[in-house]
Amino acid sequence: MADNQKVLDRVIIKFAGDSGDGMQLTGTQFTNTAAMLGNDLSTFPDFPAEIRAPQGTIPGVSGYQLHFGSVNIFTPGDECDVLVAMNAAALKANLRHLRKGGTIIANSDGFDPKNLRLANYADGINPITDGSLEGFKLITIDVTKMTRAALTESGMGIKEIDRAKNMFVLGFLYWMYNRELDYTENFLNEKFGKKPDVLDANLKVLKAGYNFGETSETIADRYIVNPAPMTPGTYRNIMGNQATALGLIAASQKCGLDLFLGSYPITPATDILHDLSKYKHFGVTTYQAEDEIAAICSVIGAAFGGKLAVTTSSGPGIALKGEAMGLGMMLELPMIIVNVQRGGPSTGLPTKTEQSDLFQAMYGRNGEAPIPVICATSPADCFSAVYEACRIAIEFMTPVIFLSDGYIANGSEPWRYPQASDLKEFKGNFITEVPEGGFLPYKRDEKLSRPWAIPGVKGLEHRIGGLEKAHETGNISYDPENHEFMVRMREAKVNKIADYIPLQTIDNGAEKGKILVLGWGSTHGAIKAAVKEAREKGMDVSHAQIRHLHPFPKNLGEILYNFDTILIPEMNTGQLCSIIRDKFMVPAIGLNKIKGMPFSTTEIFAKIEELAKK
Amino acid sequence: MSATTTSAEETKFTSKELVTDQEVRWCPGCGDYSILKQVQTVVPDLGIPREDIVFISGIGCSSRFPYYMETYGMHSIHGRAAAIVSGLKCVRPELSIWMVSGDGDSLSIGGNHFIHLLRRNFDINLLLFNNEIYGLTKGQYSPTSHEGKVTKSTPMGSIDHPFNPIALALGANGTFVARSMDRDPVHLKEMLKRSHGHKGTSFLEIYQNCNVFNDGAFEIFTDKGSKKAETIFIEQDKPLIFGQNADKGIKLEGFKPVIVDLNANGNSANDLWIHDEKDLTKAGILSRFFDRPEDGVDHLPRPFGVFYSADRSCYEDGLKAQIELAKSKKKADLDSILKGRETWVIG
Repeated sequence: MADNQKVLDRVIIKFAGDSGDGMQLTGTQFTNTAAMLGNDLSTFPDFPAEIRAPQGTIPGVSGYQLHFGSVNIFTPGDECDVLVAMNAAALKANLRHLRKGGTIIANSDGFDPKNLRLANYADGINPITDGSLEGFKLITIDVTKMTRAALTESGMGIKEIDRAKNMFVLGFLYWMYNRELDYTENFLNEKFGKKPDVLDANLKVLKAGYNFGETSETIADRYIVNPAPMTPGTYRNIMGNQATALGLIAASQKCGLDLFLGSYPITPATDILHDLSKYKHFGVTTYQAEDEIAAICSVIGAAFGGKLAVTTSSGPGIALKGEAMGLGMMLELPMIIVNVQRGGPSTGLPTKTEQSDLFQAMYGRNGEAPIPVICATSPADCFSAVYEACRIAIEFMTPVIFLSDGYIANGSEPWRYPQASDLKEFKGNFITEVPEGGFLPYKRDEKLSRPWAIPGVKGLEHRIGGLEKAHETGNISYDPENHEFMVRMREAKVNKIADYIPLQTIDNGAEKGKILVLGWGSTHGAIKAAVKEAREKGMDVSHAQIRHLHPFPKNLGEILYNFDTILIPEMNTGQLCSIIRDKFMVPAIGLNKIKGMPFSTTEIFAKIEELAKK
Repeated sequence: MSATTTSAEETKFTSKELVTDQEVRWCPGCGDYSILKQVQTVVPDLGIPREDIVFISGIGCSSRFPYYMETYGMHSIHGRAAAIVSGLKCVRPELSIWMVSGDGDSLSIGGNHFIHLLRRNFDINLLLFNNEIYGLTKGQYSPTSHEGKVTKSTPMGSIDHPFNPIALALGANGTFVARSMDRDPVHLKEMLKRSHGHKGTSFLEIYQNCNVFNDGAFEIFTDKGSKKAETIFIEQDKPLIFGQNADKGIKLEGFKPVIVDLNANGNSANDLWIHDEKDLTKAGILSRFFDRPEDGVDHLPRPFGVFYSADRSCYEDGLKAQIELAKSKKKADLDSILKGRETWVIG
């Protein structure tokens, strides 16, 4: 090993370029290669809302952040160590996220007068030549020129050649971090196997990038990032939306019911629809309805027909589904409503993340319409969280809301995936013959759940509807006593779920103490990292992350009462904080961020430190 | 769970067995009673086991219908029955699914789902009770109320231009489009049977009198005195003849329908328009027989019967075919998809 190789325990790289520069692919390739090497990692793509924003402009910048290391990684990282800037706009948009002293790898061709103008630099100003980047380590490479040089004899047109630019950068980074090329080579072989010219060009440029590092070794140091101490097992990389799709299929297999997805495309939930549509051989039906309302109504129909029925959407779509969710609750049919939250209100920030739909999930329906709510804490956790949502829906004959968000939906992490045989089976409350004494559609069992009588079963013909229904018979009833009874019964049924879910655990720290950081959903990684750091510095702080938001685990109150201060970081103005104060009468403190971006570890750490000093 | 091989004996039930224990709560004299009666009369003869029949409705007077049918049923939310039956048909294609709706439910709040149901051509029977008024909310104009209609929400008369439901259904590529009326039980029963017999979305518009908020809206078509002159009952391969004494006919001059007097010299039934349900162009022209009698003496009679009936593949069949093809090509191996394409081992 050469003398200039340094061992690092973790590195954060941000790949940034124009939407057409292939930065998502470059990032994914580097990520998978790191995963194969045994690094722990976490990623976060950051792409523009516009499909084809004007080339070279700041709105057109697409980014992909990767945090990998030989230590456990909980978040995609705060400030990055390395910024790959394929053009001037990419540098301008991301420089503030680069730590002081960090490395910039700039494609000098992307800093020509045209690109500088499009990025709104003043006339005659070029950041890579005017010394303004002093304080950073600047590596300037004319990627375009090198790529073209590598392919002069390819016979390909300039436009096609330039498309391979990202491979040069990837090759260079592989050299910088001592990675093998074989993962990406295999990937290219598979992707372009049928187009030998394109395949050859990409392979050549990838190697050219690697060799460029080797031959011009003065310009950059090389680094070694060793494997992380992870739980032994077999891993794969997974994104949140992928994990949600897999969790739904797994649940369908394990409860023995075909999966029906009724959905309408909406960012950032659409990938679940794309994914599930590929699994028809699992008996999965994906139905792209004419609108959000039709999507959930088709789900009501499919649930009435006896299937595992799911709808996927994001905040604005969930708003449209409100009335039908109320019907689903009233009919007491099982269904899963997936909300991949995004920045709101209204159209808001479709490609950015937020946790601002918790109130909507808890209260967003007319009348007293309680619906269980479950959230996922990380990309891989979407699998088990949505699986749990399916179990509760089927066992309790109720709609269940599953909350994910843009951050974990598009983020990825290594996943020690389960074996199918490890997954616990569950089954529907089907009734297949007329019971003694006659059939009562709303007669409840010990879970307060009603029977699932599906069309086709002789003798169980019955009518259900959105009008208030009489206890047990389900017939229309306007009786005042019955109405209050049924409202309380439906609430009791949802509350009963608390008897069938795990107790709340402490993620890190003591069961009792000064500060409890209480999170829900995707804040898990940032809180975990911040609490770990604070504890290492001797602060009396613990961390608990809630999965079951409604009903809460039975022991949540006891846990809360054991701490002097409860800090609730949320990507909203304090929705869980309000609910916790309301339900447990504790003086919880909010830490709120509404920027369309996830929390950084530093932000949470700073707040813990401030509270610890009090 | 479906009844696949069922003997005739097992499927047998009577009209009486279709009556539920729920008290029917439509206003006395409402046209819905007649429709319910005809449906209960026709359904036992269709050869379908009762447990395989589902009635699903939205909201409105008509949408109370499922409560009165001793089959599986759902009274859902306003306008959305079309979306609910679509989801049910996707997963349970073997069921006989009937959607009951009204002019407000299907053409106003549920207009979007209505056209998409017809476009996709799920094998559903859609009964649209058109009374040209909002009854359950006590008398506001509906999307089929005529211009100038004075209602509680239009004291100076409606300025809304009404929908022509038949033309709308044809425009949405409906594969079976028909019209009947509450006061002609024989015709209504025949149309219900035809609706059931058609594979695909069968759209049956039923003129239904709301005797409380819009009494007599269709009287000119249903009253014995005027019915023969103001309506035309269209039948496959039969000439278009109507009139008090079956003395008038309709012939086509180019694309223009013209009324001819069969008693006048030189006019013969042989020259008349012969109805052909398969002809979409002619169905389109027929659907435009929508003049209001009070608009003038030259108006065309209102057609009743099957305007259009054509074969087109149903959504659920395409869906099933794709799933079966996918299953035949690939084994459903949960472990393999959990594993994904690339894995690595630690420890």
